[in-house]
Amino acid sequence: MAIDIDIAHVARLARLGLTDEELEGYKSQLADILEHAARVQSLEGDPHPGSAHPLGFDNAFRDDERRPSLDREEVLSQAPEAMDGFFVAPPALETE
Amino acid sequence: MTARWEAVIGIEVHVELATDSKMFCGCAVEFGSEPNTNVCPVCLGLPGALPVPNRKAIEWIMAIGLALNCQVSHKSVFHRKNYFYADLPKNYQISQYDIPVCHDGYLDLPNDGESVRVGIERAHMEEDTGKSTHVGDGGRIHAAKSTLLDFNRSGVPLVEIVSKPDIRTATQARAYAQELRAIVLELGVSDARLEEGSMRFDANVSIRPEGSDVLGTKVEIKNMNSFRSLERAIDYEIQRQIEATGSDSDVIQETRHWDEEAGVTHSMRTKEGSSDYRYFIEPDLVPMIMDETWVATIRNKLPELPAQRRERYLGQGLDESSAGVLSDSPAMLRSLYDETVSLGADTRATANWLTGEVTAWLRKTGTEPADLRLEPVHLQELITIVDEGVVSSSAAKEVLEGILSGEGSARVVAERRDLIQISDSSALAEVIGHVLEEHPDAVASYQEGEQKVVGFLVGQVMRATQGKADPKLANEMLREALGGS
Ligand SMILES: [Zn+2]
Repeated sequence: MAIDIDIAHVARLARLGLTDEELEGYKSQLADILEHAARVQSLEGDPHPGSAHPLGFDNAFRDDERRPSLDREEVLSQAPEAMDGFFVAPPALETE
Repeated sequence: MTARWEAVIGIEVHVELATDSKMFCGCAVEFGSEPNTNVCPVCLGLPGALPVPNRKAIEWIMAIGLALNCQVSHKSVFHRKNYFYADLPKNYQISQYDIPVCHDGYLDLPNDGESVRVGIERAHMEEDTGKSTHVGDGGRIHAAKSTLLDFNRSGVPLVEIVSKPDIRTATQARAYAQELRAIVLELGVSDARLEEGSMRFDANVSIRPEGSDVLGTKVEIKNMNSFRSLERAIDYEIQRQIEATGSDSDVIQETRHWDEEAGVTHSMRTKEGSSDYRYFIEPDLVPMIMDETWVATIRNKLPELPAQRRERYLGQGLDESSAGVLSDSPAMLRSLYDETVSLGADTRATANWLTGEVTAWLRKTGTEPADLRLEPVHLQELITIVDEGVVSSSAAKEVLEGILSGEGSARVVAERRDLIQISDSSALAEVIGHVLEEHPDAVASYQEGEQKVVGFLVGQVMRATQGKADPKLANEMLREALGGS
């Protein structure tokens, strides 16, 4: 079965700048993956009923208790740019 | 032809929970800390870090949902909402999609004549983002701008409450937002400070011909930082849509930004496809099961909510306006009301004193309500002595000042400050005798049928007693002395 994929849209959502050639290549690879998933979905007599999580347990919570945070200097030293205790990022773009 | 339009409004409210620690890590939830001091691998989105949900946040969103008459889902899961923005370090926000913690509730607005029920679509749990500040370097030629990022807010528990489009006017929208704020404050789950952003709202506004059930083109408005701006922005937007409808600039589906200073909404050009969030189940978190026992525990701990409280006050004989004002008053004043009334004091008088003179005194002296020192028994006595005519109502205000300044009980203050009315007829008779002697003309006019000179004579009695005579008694005694009728 043919699955139609807007590969350019997918690439844009993932902020990937791909050439036309690469787009074609990834399109066919992604189509293979989706077709495989569709085949698995169509299997009858699925022994595993749909579940939200494979681990089979729930309610893993923690108490509302504070734990030490990281040292700011150390954190900021990992960033490409920092200023006055802030991370510095390129300006947010309003449009693509 | 003049078509009549009605607005269809839905409100989304974001409430930051005031837990000690963040939603998925142990960093402190604190407003105003030095930037990037409450951060760790989880809330910075460092690779390999795993989130663990805060139980209290889940209990608090359940409380919010129950207070809004919602169903609590038996099972609920977290989803990843994927988008790129600098204040979102993981490139996804942990949020909820099709199975929110709470759904299908309603909120009755304090009725102003007509009662308005606003449906609640859902209340879901998510994490807040970091805070970005956009700065421009004014001095440079190419005005290179950059974004400063503080991740202290990243991962703060955030509850999003989505109303159904049941709101019809800007005034109702404001009432809805205010009632919601009163509820979260009562629950003690958030500071709900609009100016600090711990409570924020967006509004979806469309218009349609009155009585129609079609839905018009929906416009989302953002950036309202006060109840007043929420109301103004919606009013403006309704008017703008009515004017745009049918003209060249027809209403388009978009997000608009409220400009408080200019009093207008501006179109925000957002990127195409930005609403393609590709939600999928958060694989790092297991499902939450909110069984009946857990829900019942939360429900049993709910405090008296503002609507119930107003209802109780109405049942105690307060009118709607004072029930509303008292209900919105600080907890200290409300418990003083309860205690004073339980001593047998008149409910209306008690509410009037607390929301009137006592509140005015707090404001005047800059005293925090929690620091107010007022014994219920003193307030009760004050009300009693006004009622008995021991002090006049104007002198009673001075008695209250004395009580609040720690001078003692109402009677003690009234005596010490020499405010007790002369209600003793023999003492008054003497004064009245003098007054009549001094004003033979007035006496003569009265006897010629000029009834209104009595008012003048009462005034003279009040003057002679420095305002301490009981004016009612003085009036009666004067008429008697002047020869009946
Ligand atoms: Zn953290």
